[in-house]
Amino acid sequence: MGTDRRKFINSLLGIGSLGAFSAIIYPIVSFLIPPKIADVKINSLKVGPVADFKNNSSKIVRFGRTPVILIRTKDGEFKAMEATCTHLDCLVQFKEDTQQIFCACHNGIYDIQGRNISGPPPKPLKQYDVNITDDEIRITSQDV
Amino acid sequence: MKKLLKIENWLDERFDLTPIRNLIEHKKVPVHGHSIWYYMGGISLFLFIIQVFTGLLLLMYYIPGENAAYESVQFIITKVSFGWLIRNLHSWSANLMVLFIFLHMFSVFFTKAFRKPRELTWVTGFFLLLLAMGFGFSGYLLPWNELAFFATKVGTDIVAVVPFIGEELKIILRGGEDVTGATLSRFFGIHVAILPAIFTSLLVIHLFFVQRQGMSEPEEFEQLSEKEKKYIPFFPNFVLQDALLWIIVLIGLLSLTLFFPWELGLKADALASAPLGIKPEWYFMFMFETLKLLPAHILFVEGEVVGIFAFAFAGIIWMFIPFIKFSKRKDLNSKIIRWFGLISLIYMIIFTIKGYL
Repeated sequence: MGTDRRKFINSLLGIGSLGAFSAIIYPIVSFLIPPKIADVKINSLKVGPVADFKNNSSKIVRFGRTPVILIRTKDGEFKAMEATCTHLDCLVQFKEDTQQIFCACHNGIYDIQGRNISGPPPKPLKQYDVNITDDEIRITSQDV
Repeated sequence: MKKLLKIENWLDERFDLTPIRNLIEHKKVPVHGHSIWYYMGGISLFLFIIQVFTGLLLLMYYIPGENAAYESVQFIITKVSFGWLIRNLHSWSANLMVLFIFLHMFSVFFTKAFRKPRELTWVTGFFLLLLAMGFGFSGYLLPWNELAFFATKVGTDIVAVVPFIGEELKIILRGGEDVTGATLSRFFGIHVAILPAIFTSLLVIHLFFVQRQGMSEPEEFEQLSEKEKKYIPFFPNFVLQDALLWIIVLIGLLSLTLFFPWELGLKADALASAPLGIKPEWYFMFMFETLKLLPAHILFVEGEVVGIFAFAFAGIIWMFIPFIKFSKRKDLNSKIIRWFGLISLIYMIIFTIKGYL
């Protein structure tokens, strides 16, 4: 009888302690998760006049929260794709000499279409459409 | 001297100083071919003390925040009297501290000082190494320069591979989806408050274990007869030798600080490509190089996930090495452990050197 009572009180204490522990941990973890800030959702972005971009050059622009790399190839063609490497989050760069996209963090290489062709990147870079209207470059998300 | 004795008596009456007196009078240090390694822990401790002092001084001027951090470090090294010295000391001492903790750990490993009854000293020591690396990683971001920005992007992105809670952990660590000023604030808090609190507590426990159990004796030394065993008293002999070595380390540290100042680099820009030749701190280099070499996919799993899990697994084995029995035969077990250590060490050295070639 005595042992049963002790067992019962012990388990009650155990459950109580667990409850108290959760009551402490839950608000701490919740506090540490930053609140979601409403994202301004954009579907397209005006980047500037065509004349601002020389052949064989690139520029990283902010498309909402996403960095996007706009490339003008040596043939004058425009390409746009997400600038974040699919390996470990670094920002890629356009290599004018090889016409490839390169990530300096872990030597990841993508071709001009954004396909991962060498090194550790597991996926291709997400593509964006580039349209030119009235000599203005506009990048548009393909998700629309 | 009389005054000191009076103070000692006054304290003794109230707190009974016998345990401290016993430690000072009776603690002895074995003398043998590997005695040099006994000093590595003490040097690490000395460098930690330097870190605390220089860190406190830097706190007087450093301002966290996306628009102020880089400028405040620039102000420290260009305008504040001896600011360059304090900042360089802090950076160099941090690197040396990690180096000496590594030396300390490998010397403990190869002299098998982690054996019973020192298992927990090993485990606490291993945690101290991880925390020291955490100090390095969090402190690296604080100047908010280009290299630090991308190192933090990569380092925090790695956390995302933890199953189930990886993405949440990454967001908690970054203070959002991306590395921003919010990340800097968090890293600042982690670097100057959370890590020092945990590190100091664990260090006290680690040192308590060391004092309680005394210096470990290598197996060959243990097998000698009592007559053949040589010891020196901990106090004053070992302490004085330790102090001398600390002075030598301090001179080395000051020389590094003067002749190889730490560069600040360019300010972080969230819209700039990762610069060519980007590298992490040297103690992360072997992992960085491995991640570079792994293919995009190994079987059906992403290469980086395999690499990160392999390192985590090796780390866990390393931490529990005093408890693991690879074989029932003691001599074979010893051999396997030694080879495991040797291969790990050679791997780390080769991949670190490769990163700088």
